[in-house]
Amino acid sequence: MRKLLVVSLMIVLLVGIFTLAVAAKTTIKVACYPDQDSGFEDILDQFHAEYPDIEVELVTNGFADHHKTLLTQIAAGAEVPDVTTIEIAYIANFVANGGFVNLLEEPYNAGQFKDNIVSYKWSQGTTNDGRLIAFPSDIAPGTIYYRRDILADLGYKIEDMKTLEDWLVAGLKFAKDLDGDGVNDRWLLADATDIFFMIARSGKELYFNENGKSIVDSARFIKAFRAAKMVREKGLDARIGAWTNEWYSTFKNGTVLIQPCGAWLGGHIRNWIATDTAGNWGVSNLPDEMYVNWGGSFLAIPEKAKHKEEAWEFIKFVATRKDTQIAQFKASNIFPSWMPAFDDPIFEEEMEFFAGQKARLLWLEAAQKIPNVVTNKYDVIAEEIVRAALTEVLENDVDPVQALKEAKAQIERRARR
Amino acid sequence: MRLSKKAAPYVFISPFYILFFIFGAFPIIYSFFLSFHIWDGISPKEFVGFENYIFVLTDPWFWQSVWNSLVIFILTTIPQHIIALFLAFILNSNLVKLKNLFRSSYFLPYITSSVAVSMVFGMLYGEHFGILNAILKYMEKFSLIGAMFNIINLKLPIRWLGEAAWIKPSIALLVTWQFTGWNMIIYYAGLQNIPESLYEAAKVDGANMRQVFFKIILPMLRPVILFGVTLSIIGNLQLFEQPFILTPDRTGGSGRAGLTTALYLYRTGFNWNMFGVGSAMAYILCVFIIILSLINSKIFQKR
Repeated sequence: MRKLLVVSLMIVLLVGIFTLAVAAKTTIKVACYPDQDSGFEDILDQFHAEYPDIEVELVTNGFADHHKTLLTQIAAGAEVPDVTTIEIAYIANFVANGGFVNLLEEPYNAGQFKDNIVSYKWSQGTTNDGRLIAFPSDIAPGTIYYRRDILADLGYKIEDMKTLEDWLVAGLKFAKDLDGDGVNDRWLLADATDIFFMIARSGKELYFNENGKSIVDSARFIKAFRAAKMVREKGLDARIGAWTNEWYSTFKNGTVLIQPCGAWLGGHIRNWIATDTAGNWGVSNLPDEMYVNWGGSFLAIPEKAKHKEEAWEFIKFVATRKDTQIAQFKASNIFPSWMPAFDDPIFEEEMEFFAGQKARLLWLEAAQKIPNVVTNKYDVIAEEIVRAALTEVLENDVDPVQALKEAKAQIERRARR
Repeated sequence: MRLSKKAAPYVFISPFYILFFIFGAFPIIYSFFLSFHIWDGISPKEFVGFENYIFVLTDPWFWQSVWNSLVIFILTTIPQHIIALFLAFILNSNLVKLKNLFRSSYFLPYITSSVAVSMVFGMLYGEHFGILNAILKYMEKFSLIGAMFNIINLKLPIRWLGEAAWIKPSIALLVTWQFTGWNMIIYYAGLQNIPESLYEAAKVDGANMRQVFFKIILPMLRPVILFGVTLSIIGNLQLFEQPFILTPDRTGGSGRAGLTTALYLYRTGFNWNMFGVGSAMAYILCVFIIILSLINSKIFQKR
């Protein structure tokens, strides 16, 4: 009888301890978008092993939906995630409007990491009054992805492709009308818009200067518009917009020679867009010594988040450690913003997908040369208006100077709302 | 506790009203409130009176979107109702067997999700790899058709969703395909309500098919046409999913040719976080719909 009592007491105690242990485990929600999630998934097991008390639940949404949902949650002050990723295009909007905790304050003290973060990225996450509301997690050096096999067939060497002119010459040789219907079926690139982005983004300012004044009628934009227009007129672009089925086809079929984009696109091509084309790709610097930032993300903790301390542990784990930054880089080309990771041997590794090229070294070099770009809360609007102006120039023969002048007026009109 | 007999019915119907007030009435009223404020979703709201309305009414993009919606409305409503009326007339006659089969096949597009249908049409419309262009290219090889294409100066491949001039017809084609079946069912129901005796009397008087159609069927269907066209006005001025999915970058496409008012107000609110302006736009759109519906009822209710 006594034995039974002792045994049952033991069981009760064990169950009690077990339940307590389970109860002590905190689940934090981490909201993100593709391919950020692949990067996180790669390091989650390690996180759970090192932080047995914290359980991470990933909430992945489509890119645009992610930011819309986030805004709604913050506006409503309910159901907010504990950690959220924010993409560079949206960051200025959130930086200006608040809704996130200041990571420089107690108990976060993020200031200690400042010297190890790529500097332009740090300032983009910082508000005008000096609060850090979004912690840099990755950057996106812009590069050109090119078809290695096609370029070789055309008889060019990548070492000689230094200027935009070089690419245009190669493109003219490659662009062809194969079925004789008067329209090209092979092109230099999918969309002339990318030529515009390449040039427009290669400055210290993008759509606004430091005083918040729109500068879309500057010489850089006119040059970018004219270059895009020239590419269109020569039949060098397929007029295919990004993220469409036709766009994916160009990667699979090799009907397009180059695609300028951030380092992250390499992960997309390899992981899902054109998995069969391994070995056919190469990476090269943008022409004319341009160095641009093409994407990149931040991590932030909403003010209404329930588990802020655990959230901060997760952010530190993701963004301030060499091993995890490198793991994400390896999984999805998510380029580290944590500078101590830059001396990792992985940069010296040959990448199979790029036919053994040491592409990461190239990204690293570009990353270190990107200027400090000024961001503005109206960047998203400005980009859409400028894009619309570019379409007018490309499709309807509007004069670039005139189109940009009108775009500037539109941006200024809207920037007050 | 027992419910009194007076209170019981209200308690039983309350779930509907509770849900309606939360998800129906509240957003409508709140957006009216928002239309007088500048608000980005996060910062405090700033009261600006009628400024948002003035901004919208003086915004060239807004008027372009209204124009786009109206053109698409005309491009879809006219063929849609003519075809639907014609189909309903055939279905109602005794010439057709397997009526149920035809009725459901024509109705099928209506119950399919707009988003899914738009995605499929997006593939059909592809410039280089789309089926429509493949068919046209094949047809062009026949000299007669090729010559015809030449006469109307049709250059293949057509950039259905890339070239401003084609965007509205492309969207209109999809919408027409989608909603013709729905209108056909409405007209079919209307036709069934016309008493057989009228046809018989016409027959006795020696009326031909054409006379029956124009002197009996059309006048008798007048209220049904009013209903159908009113629904088309409301539906077309709120056209959203189709241009949203079809146009590149979800922005309305080249030269904003596919930017409908509903798409524009969505972009203003949710892409640019200008919820005040978006709300004002929604209310202006609502006024437009009411005006058009009134004009429509003036036309068709004349006796």
